Amino acid sequence: MRIELQKRARVSTLFSVLSPLLALVLTLIGGAILFWALGKNPGSALYSFFIEPLLEVWSLHELAVKAAPLILIAVGLSICYRSNNWNIGAEGQFTIGAITGSILPVLYPEWHSPMILPLMLLMGIAGGALYAGIPALLKTRFNTNEILTSLMLVYIAQLFLDWLVRGPWRDPQGYNFPQTKSFQIEAVLPEMLASGRAHWGFAFAIIAAVALWFMMRFMLKGFEVQVLGQSERAGRFAGFSARRMVWFSMLVSGGLAGLAGISEVSGSIGHVQPSISPGYGFTAIIVAFLGRLNPLGIIASGLVLALTYLGGEAAQLSIGISDKVSRVFQGLLLFFVLSCDTLIHYRIRLIFAGSQAEAKG
Amino acid sequence: MTFSESEQAASLLSVRGLTKLFGDFAACSGIDLDIAPGEIHALLGENGAGKSTLVKMLFGVLQPSGGQIVWQGNPLTIGSPGEARQLGIGMVFQHFSLFEALTVAENIALSLDPKTPLAKIAEEAASLSKAYGLPLDPYAHVADLSVGERQRIEIVRALLQNPKLIILDEPTSVLTPQEADRLFETLFKLKSEGRSVLYISHRLEEVRRICDRATVLRHGKVTGACDPRQETPASLARMMVGTEVAAVHRDETVALGDVQLDVTDLTVKARSPFAVSLKNISMRVRAGEILAIAGIAGNGQSELFDALSGEYPVADDDRIKVRGKSVGRTGINGRRLLGASFVPEERHGHAAVPGMSLTDNLLLARSQPDRKAFLSGGLASIVRSGAIRLATKRICQQMDVRKSGENPLAGSLSGGNLQKFVVGRELDRQPSIMIVNQPTWGVDAGAASRIRQALIDLAKSGSAVVVISQDLDEIFEVATNIAVISEGKLSEPHPVGSLSLERIGLMMGGIHESHSIPDAMPSSPEATHAH
Amino acid sequence: MFEAILLTVITAATPLVIAALGELVTERAGVLNLGVEGMMIMGAVCAFAATQMTGSPYIGIVAGIVGGGLFSLLFGFLTLTLVANQVATGLALTILGLGISGQLGESFVGQPGIKLQPIVIPLLSDIPFFGRVLFAQDLTFYLSIALVIGINWFLFKSRRGLKLRAIGDNHGSAHALGINVIRTRYLAVLFGGACAGLAGAQLSLVYTPQWVENMSAGRGWIALALVVFASWRPWRVLAGGYLFGAVTIGQLHAQAFGIGIPSQVLSALPYVATIVVLIIISHNRRTTLINTPASLGKAFVPDR
Repeated sequence: MRIELQKRARVSTLFSVLSPLLALVLTLIGGAILFWALGKNPGSALYSFFIEPLLEVWSLHELAVKAAPLILIAVGLSICYRSNNWNIGAEGQFTIGAITGSILPVLYPEWHSPMILPLMLLMGIAGGALYAGIPALLKTRFNTNEILTSLMLVYIAQLFLDWLVRGPWRDPQGYNFPQTKSFQIEAVLPEMLASGRAHWGFAFAIIAAVALWFMMRFMLKGFEVQVLGQSERAGRFAGFSARRMVWFSMLVSGGLAGLAGISEVSGSIGHVQPSISPGYGFTAIIVAFLGRLNPLGIIASGLVLALTYLGGEAAQLSIGISDKVSRVFQGLLLFFVLSCDTLIHYRIRLIFAGSQAEAKG
Repeated sequence: MTFSESEQAASLLSVRGLTKLFGDFAACSGIDLDIAPGEIHALLGENGAGKSTLVKMLFGVLQPSGGQIVWQGNPLTIGSPGEARQLGIGMVFQHFSLFEALTVAENIALSLDPKTPLAKIAEEAASLSKAYGLPLDPYAHVADLSVGERQRIEIVRALLQNPKLIILDEPTSVLTPQEADRLFETLFKLKSEGRSVLYISHRLEEVRRICDRATVLRHGKVTGACDPRQETPASLARMMVGTEVAAVHRDETVALGDVQLDVTDLTVKARSPFAVSLKNISMRVRAGEILAIAGIAGNGQSELFDALSGEYPVADDDRIKVRGKSVGRTGINGRRLLGASFVPEERHGHAAVPGMSLTDNLLLARSQPDRKAFLSGGLASIVRSGAIRLATKRICQQMDVRKSGENPLAGSLSGGNLQKFVVGRELDRQPSIMIVNQPTWGVDAGAASRIRQALIDLAKSGSAVVVISQDLDEIFEVATNIAVISEGKLSEPHPVGSLSLERIGLMMGGIHESHSIPDAMPSSPEATHAH
Repeated sequence: MFEAILLTVITAATPLVIAALGELVTERAGVLNLGVEGMMIMGAVCAFAATQMTGSPYIGIVAGIVGGGLFSLLFGFLTLTLVANQVATGLALTILGLGISGQLGESFVGQPGIKLQPIVIPLLSDIPFFGRVLFAQDLTFYLSIALVIGINWFLFKSRRGLKLRAIGDNHGSAHALGINVIRTRYLAVLFGGACAGLAGAQLSLVYTPQWVENMSAGRGWIALALVVFASWRPWRVLAGGYLFGAVTIGQLHAQAFGIGIPSQVLSALPYVATIVVLIIISHNRRTTLINTPASLGKAFVPDR
């Protein structure tokens, strides 16, 4: 038996919608098999992984807290990937955004002004954008592969953060814990509702997603992103500059990752510490693809991926399996998404040895 | 079976009812073909008639959906190119199947017995190429070779396997008339050795000149089998195209107006290792004039187009003037705003994005020159899809673009229809200057004549037109003046009546006026194309 | 002292060289597999697990190779059979590999590992200085050198290697000549995965004989950069690998000496070095253009 692909005459709308759902179902099946292999009852494991977190108000808030950075980063990445710029260093831009955004509360803990929070957010955006500007500069100036440089910068950012909180930024009264002082109340991103922890970061994420959706759908800029992503040469013919698009997409995605970073630190941690992200920057890559690089789709996929984080924590408590399972889920999901996307452009036929001989005769 | 035993025995290769389906589409259906030993057999047909699909099946690249192939009297299936080669079938591809990063000898080795050492292959290739008058350096890298030299590699590669049948797919489309003559001599030598040649072409003159028999394909079916020497070009064309192709009409008495495009001493360094530098190019094109730039592929045509269009602006502003304004440093949209319009050679991924709809592809070329019509919302630049849809519809009607559905992806259109759209997109602006690179490359005859007529009409209405083309027939059909580009240098323009085909051929080969060539070449008396 | 440093440089360089050589072959066939990091960590965990279970690090080495190889087939199926985007699929492979290895290795965290012992070659190892450095190493070092020589011969002297390079240069023409593009690419991907798995096995059996989550620490990505650095030539991979090994070991020694530079700055040196090297290499567009396999990263769908 072998698999044969046949190019569709036009992109299948049906499968464009169906493919992420199909991928989800396949991931659930894969998860059930995984739980079974780990000696757990697949039904109850999946229930505590994917359903239980949705039943309580506080955990819905938790979902929004986790989804906010994923959506913010992923919508930025979708602009990059649509324009054929492969920024995979969002984790580093997230880290740097968190650092630059925290400069004010860390260095001026006594400054009590309503101005501080907006300034922090702006500085977080600027920090993330500038950090993403490094691979952009290297790509436009030296033709350097942005995949590798943006990824190397992740490690450098994390080491920089580690140095900061163990060195100059460490709270002298912190019993030698590697972390800064807790932010003053004015520097904390407030909660959206009284009922729980979800902070305004989630609102930023929704606003960013809708704004970029509008841009991609209705504005010439969105058209430019798509043209340059599909053919640089045709883009040049249209008078668009691939070089400027590298800058645009990297700065936008870096800025949004930076905003996610400072929102996370200010909204849900309250101080700076060596570990501020459970890999949001990398998980956002999955979010972007699962959302089919469409900002509105990314809102949905961000929530799904946030659920895998929550479910991992829940499953660890209730049925005693490691939260690493959520990483496996995420990886599986991305694989199934990529496989199912083939259906959008191709018709898949299974050829059996017997039927082929028939065709030849 | 419908053919007699004797017929089958006499044929080197017989094909009966050969069919190839791609999904629902029949690229070839029920093809019958017989090739006798020692004949040069022409396979005639337009682009898309199924010629390439047919020969790919004969060479084992594609598997037929139905029908039979009989080789020297034995029915068989050809499962792979390797099997075809073992039978004694050699192939010279149209788009060369060469590897740029490898040497000539390595390229040849890829299709030979893996046990033969590379040094021996190089030696044999060198001696064989000498014997057939096809000089080659076996250790040169393909990337450094000219198109003609690359074709020699393909031919030598096929000959090294001592084939009984050699298939050549559109071999002269990349050659100068003189190079083509040399190729014909090689073919006659092969024929005299008793080998057969299947010669695929859409050029009627050369088929009439060298082929013993011809099979004509149209829409995947055989529409005629004949002795081409007994036919006229017109009768062959009828078999090929089905109906009479509308002849292109030209009014000889168009008065020329002001200079619209003025290029002075333009020199541009090559941007990449595989590109050509432009050297001291000058040209002036007046309103009402069609300047055709002839030349073999890879002599600087695309570089010239890039400089003229402003996709790659040049350093000195005064080198290029559009309607009196210096625009050397201006980008493509600045030049469009001055009334210039451009049609690049490559449709997929340059003139159009195949994965985008026609309306998107309209916006591609016209977002800036037609800002007011197609965009709104000031700086936000909101795309006005209603207006764009109307304009797309208008263009499709005007140029008779055949498509499935209201607004299909550009990539789903046939080459001819997409080219009509791409040209129509520019004509719709009524440009005062139009620069077109290879306007009818890979386009069916109907679309080609429509496009050529449109260019002539545009010039008649007072625009200046530059046509860069490899197709000499096309050039003689549309041009008022002809210049030749060779190795990045452009000759003086000549009025179309004052040039013979031979002279253009020599100029295309890099021999310019300064060498003073006689108009008629006594050394090649057979090279007299009637025009 | 100098000899000791040289020995550690070799240990640090070997996994980079092996993984980069595998990726070099994959890329020469025109496939860009960004999942080296994932395949490497899968190799590391498989090797460690097999060693703990059987007590033999040699079985561990085999398990690492098999683990990395099998894992790469997942990438092969998606990109070659289903023609999924190679960049995205490579990322997926890395994410999935880090996840699965973390899950598989959880019970091994903190367990003391079994180190792969050096094989001392008699006589040769008695040569002063060089003997000890070059001929008293573990199996993976000898394999790395054999791979450089073998791959160099395969690519530039053998007919199969010629076919593989031809596919990387122009898969359409290779197909037209009757070369089986998909099968060759599957084999190249498999080879790249096996090499990455071997490199991972070296990490968990030689470099630091224990299991630590994410212990590949970006080495897979550095190996990818090495391939570009080496402009797709095996001997240059060897040179580049040792350069990076020296940087890694140099910063470790600098940290041990406590020369007043923060340890984080020194730890960042290999990553900074990668970026600097990429700049120097990519800077010259001409050489990059000539050396890069022309069909690298492009999907191939044969028309039938």
